[in-house]
Amino acid sequence: MKVLIKNGRVIDPLNEVDGKMDVLINNGKIADMDKELEAGENVRVIDAKGKIVCPGFIDMHVHLRDPGYLYKEEIASGTRAAAAGGFTTVCCMPNTKPVVDNAAVAAYVRQIAARTGIINVLPIGAITREQKGEQLTEMADLIAAGCIAVSDDGKPVEKAEIMRNALEYAKMFDLPVLSHCEDLSLSRDGQMHEGYYSTIYGLKGIPAAAEEIMAERDIILARLTGGHVHICHISSQGTVDLIRKAKAEGIRVTCEVTPHHLTMTDEALGTYDANTKVNPPLRSAEHIQALLAGIKDGTIDCIATDHAPHELESKDCEFNLASFGISGLETAVPLIMSLLDKEFDMYRMVQLFTAGPARVLGLNKGSIGIGDIADITILDPDKIKTVDPDNFYSKGRNTPFGGRQLKGWPWMTIVNGKIVAEDGRIIEE
Amino acid sequence: MELREKHILMDEMDMKRALTRITHEIIEKNKGVENVAVIGIRRRGGPLAYRLAERIEAIEGVKIPVGILDITLYRDDLTLMSSQPMVHRTEVHFDINNKIIVLVDDVLYTGRTVRAAMDALIDIGRPQCIQLAVLIDRGHRELPIKADYVGKNVPTSRTEIVEVKVKEFDDKDAVVIQEKIE
Amino acid sequence: MALAQRKDLLGLRDMSREEIEMILQTAVPMKDIIKRDIKKVPTLRGKALVTVFYEPSTRTRTSFEIAGKYLSADTVNLAVSTSSVQKGESLRDTIKTIEVMGFDVIVMRHAMSGTPHYVARNTDMRVINAGDGANEHPTQALLDLYTIKEKKGTLEGLAVTIVGDILHSRVARSNIYGLSKFGCDIRVVGPSTLMAPEIEKLGVKCYYDLEKAVAGADVVNILRIQKERQHSGLFPTLDEYANLYMIKKDKLKKAKEDVLILHPGPMNRGVEISSEIADGTQALINEQVTNGVAVRMALLFLMMGGTRDESTN
Repeated sequence: MKVLIKNGRVIDPLNEVDGKMDVLINNGKIADMDKELEAGENVRVIDAKGKIVCPGFIDMHVHLRDPGYLYKEEIASGTRAAAAGGFTTVCCMPNTKPVVDNAAVAAYVRQIAARTGIINVLPIGAITREQKGEQLTEMADLIAAGCIAVSDDGKPVEKAEIMRNALEYAKMFDLPVLSHCEDLSLSRDGQMHEGYYSTIYGLKGIPAAAEEIMAERDIILARLTGGHVHICHISSQGTVDLIRKAKAEGIRVTCEVTPHHLTMTDEALGTYDANTKVNPPLRSAEHIQALLAGIKDGTIDCIATDHAPHELESKDCEFNLASFGISGLETAVPLIMSLLDKEFDMYRMVQLFTAGPARVLGLNKGSIGIGDIADITILDPDKIKTVDPDNFYSKGRNTPFGGRQLKGWPWMTIVNGKIVAEDGRIIEE
Repeated sequence: MELREKHILMDEMDMKRALTRITHEIIEKNKGVENVAVIGIRRRGGPLAYRLAERIEAIEGVKIPVGILDITLYRDDLTLMSSQPMVHRTEVHFDINNKIIVLVDDVLYTGRTVRAAMDALIDIGRPQCIQLAVLIDRGHRELPIKADYVGKNVPTSRTEIVEVKVKEFDDKDAVVIQEKIE
Repeated sequence: MALAQRKDLLGLRDMSREEIEMILQTAVPMKDIIKRDIKKVPTLRGKALVTVFYEPSTRTRTSFEIAGKYLSADTVNLAVSTSSVQKGESLRDTIKTIEVMGFDVIVMRHAMSGTPHYVARNTDMRVINAGDGANEHPTQALLDLYTIKEKKGTLEGLAVTIVGDILHSRVARSNIYGLSKFGCDIRVVGPSTLMAPEIEKLGVKCYYDLEKAVAGADVVNILRIQKERQHSGLFPTLDEYANLYMIKKDKLKKAKEDVLILHPGPMNRGVEISSEIADGTQALINEQVTNGVAVRMALLFLMMGGTRDESTN
């Protein structure tokens, strides 16, 4: 079946395209692109006037919770949440039960994704066995099973020696090592960002230094080894500065930032609503300014949600006992679009969701060119809607953004030429 | 709800005369004031109690003990009120055990205030007896309570409000009837 | 906002000066009741109060219970395990169980900040915070304010020094919020490792030198030092702590002559306070305990004596 997307503004930063253009999809691929394309016979025409037509959005950091934590999320629900949120590809973290630390578990994830998922799911393997930070995984085998990166996300690789070996070893395969930077001795028992508001709310603080110390260590190890380290969910001014300096030096370091770290400050914890509890913690306004500066000057490579769905009981309890994490797939795009014009433009935003993660991971994705697989995200920059967690596709309704009215939402998600979501709702077959 | 002043029941002179008469009645009934103390119910019972004590002293040459009772914590309608009245101190700095206590209030109406006052009084001691003096009795009793000394009996309707004004808190001494206008 | 209109009392941070004044004023006649032979008024007859303390504290719990009893409320303590909060029944279920027994007010102590706020969101009972983690201990601060006001006649403009573990102290926080509404000159002093980040933004002056911090002080409020803090490496030894921060006579030379000494108790004599000060004439530690009952009576009366429903008037 052919689909013709007419009258939209196409933004494809990988190909440096930004302009009004029609896009013809045939057999799951981009068949043609031009200023004006005629709809032939048997073509479904989509009028994208006023809309932004982008390469399919990639979220390189999600937790789909399968295997082991199906009460938090399943690949079926997680990929639907992603599609509704405008994503065509997600990379899922290996901190499942069992951990994705061998080819069999990676194969399982891909198999379940093929059977129940509705978008592209790319697994990330663990750096160390059982994520214990001691023995490296069989990375060649993980790659053969479809893993596109390695990470012990959820916890740091504590020993510098192991991290050094991981970077050396992964370098052989040109495999990025995604690092969760946290000095556990500094963050222990911490509940929120350490600063004025931790004083006010009487919650134990997690200093920005807990992230910065490990980011600095990993940068030094990347310099030592020549390996590629990608710093996950950066949240502090210090980390941005370290990465900026390292990049200028030519060290192979990349990084991502989450939508919540850009749009909500630590002041929000005053209600003790555990939906605001996330690791790294929501930080102060000065840190947000530094992160936005990092986006503007290119220090930050991409936006990733760190989608961390939880069941109600994990959040509906005493603040200290609540799990860390925000269910982010269904609010990421509108949250970032709410920053448009004030902070950066549409082109830069599309880059952060497409070319950015594709480059970090070396994926053959993130562009719209003739012959490319037709993964397309279409945005409606004018749509105004209020976040309603009760309508999430994700099993995790743990968001601090419920009730927030946002302008600019994903309008249509096309995967392999097939429309999987329209106006926030999934089109089931 | 607005209030309209309907008419003046007592002026300053009327009040003086009524209090003087009540003073004589207290002395007469108790055959002197040897064991008598007066306790006013906060708020306007307070100044009236002091005035009675002054008159007693003028007539009998005896200074009798005077106190002020705050009955807020003994009210039976607290949980029905939209906002609590302020609680004040009870100022009874003498032993009330075995005394003849003359409770003083401005207006006797449902009787509930007096009921609360008696409970409050009994919590601080055991008087020989309690007598009740009021400036105005306006009827409509809800409890079996009767005053021993009354300045003036005034038949009223429930929509009316009887207000006693005293110089200590208000601009003048007077008793007025007010009416609610819806 | 009038207290009767407030469902819960969670802290002094968002309480108005007028509300605090109302409580302090109401506590005066309440204190009279405590001193009577018949220490009971019928005010809260038919109301039920439950104390739930997830952290041991006989003092505060008993104070609330007797305050309730003096006002004729029925008071019950729910014995909860203070060690294994993570196991067994969820807090939400525990609270629901208490609620359906018909309690009107729950007085709660919890080691984790924000737990009373969480409970307040999930129950129709009124919630009174009897101390949550390092966040607030509003009734302790109210009784401190009452004690100061009773002695000094006013709170306006007084210089108050709070000494000790500011970082972990809910008493310090509630006192700072309360005192700052009366224009007090508030100083906090303690070792730098026990100082809360950016606390100056609350309008307090921060010191590490005890003698400088108490210079000209009208009141010195001494916090209890938790011995476990030493084990987590926040200060080297209790001896060094005592050497630097224990309140004793020669450290108070520069304070006002009639300086008042407060301590929320229980005291560690020889650590944060010397016996000569604890037993001296300026120490109001026992007075604080009595005032605690009066202030809690005032609070219970103001919160439970009226109704939130305007239409029943």
